[in-house]
Amino acid sequence: MTEAAPPFLPPSMQEIVFLLLSVVAIGSALLVVTTKQLVHAALWLVLCFGALAGGYLVLTAEFVAWVQVLIYVGAVVVLMLFGIMLTRAPIGRSADLDSGNRVVAAIVALATAAVLVTVVIDGFHLAYAPPRPGDGAAQELGASIFGTWVLPFEALSVLLLAALIGAIVLSRTDIRGAPPTGEASTAVGSPESNGGK
Amino acid sequence: MHIVYPAVVSALLFSIGVYGVLARRNTILVLMSVELMLNAVNINLVAFDMWFRDQLHSGQVLTLFIIVIAAAEVGLGLAIVLALFRNRQTVDIDRLRALSESSPPEEPVRAQQAAPAGDDQDGLTGQPGNGSSGRPAGGQTTGPARRGGTT
Repeated sequence: MTEAAPPFLPPSMQEIVFLLLSVVAIGSALLVVTTKQLVHAALWLVLCFGALAGGYLVLTAEFVAWVQVLIYVGAVVVLMLFGIMLTRAPIGRSADLDSGNRVVAAIVALATAAVLVTVVIDGFHLAYAPPRPGDGAAQELGASIFGTWVLPFEALSVLLLAALIGAIVLSRTDIRGAPPTGEASTAVGSPESNGGK
Repeated sequence: MHIVYPAVVSALLFSIGVYGVLARRNTILVLMSVELMLNAVNINLVAFDMWFRDQLHSGQVLTLFIIVIAAAEVGLGLAIVLALFRNRQTVDIDRLRALSESSPPEEPVRAQQAAPAGDDQDGLTGQPGNGSSGRPAGGQTTGPARRGGTT
């Protein structure tokens, strides 16, 4: 599993590419959480996810990289932009995107980063794995998903269906629960219109 | 490829996500920060999949599952945010501090829709009025039309 690790200092070509992509990803992630414009945050998120997809490619996870591009960059960010538009968020600069506890949040985040980075470096500075091309190709991954992981896969499809129905129920306005006591306006409204027809 | 590099990148990305969740005010920005944290986990999974040389590809398959769950989470989260925006006219997390509905509304307050996002007290008291008058107004306009189409 662990091979004799070559020294860090002359980094290999893959490591250089990965580190450059990581710099892009982390920089754009910082901009996502600090920018003053809501739409720009979504666009920086696109850059961050794209750089991460490149990182997956370097880590020989091709299929994951393309799924990342398709779902995250294609679907999730578009959903976010829809959310921004539908909540009528201000398009230009807005000063109130950050809450009052920025300093505390920064302290907590820095502490988290310090602990995690220290532990990770301490634990894995000897771990080394040469990239093996084709490890994450669609063929191997598909065989694995539909062989070993087929039950979680099916459960996940049921979860997606539940999420879909839940989102529809949440966002439709004419589906209402049982009217609370003392509020008869909506409960009376529909039978009236129904009887009128 | 040293495993330390993706692990450190993932730790940094996770911390950035933590900062975003704690410091941002707009709910959609908080959702974006949650996505950053999920992506940090994904990097770890892919890197350790490469390290372990797993025959079953557990790491990459779990990454795919996390991506799918994240998509479902964003869909549901945005639906919740939109429902919140309809009822309160704001997506400001700091203002959403009412955990229960206040007393039942005496009379439907329709003026609440004109007032965009008043202060905290306004949001607290105006919410049931909006929930009962603002939204069913839309439902009533679409309801008969749809029923007329079906009958």
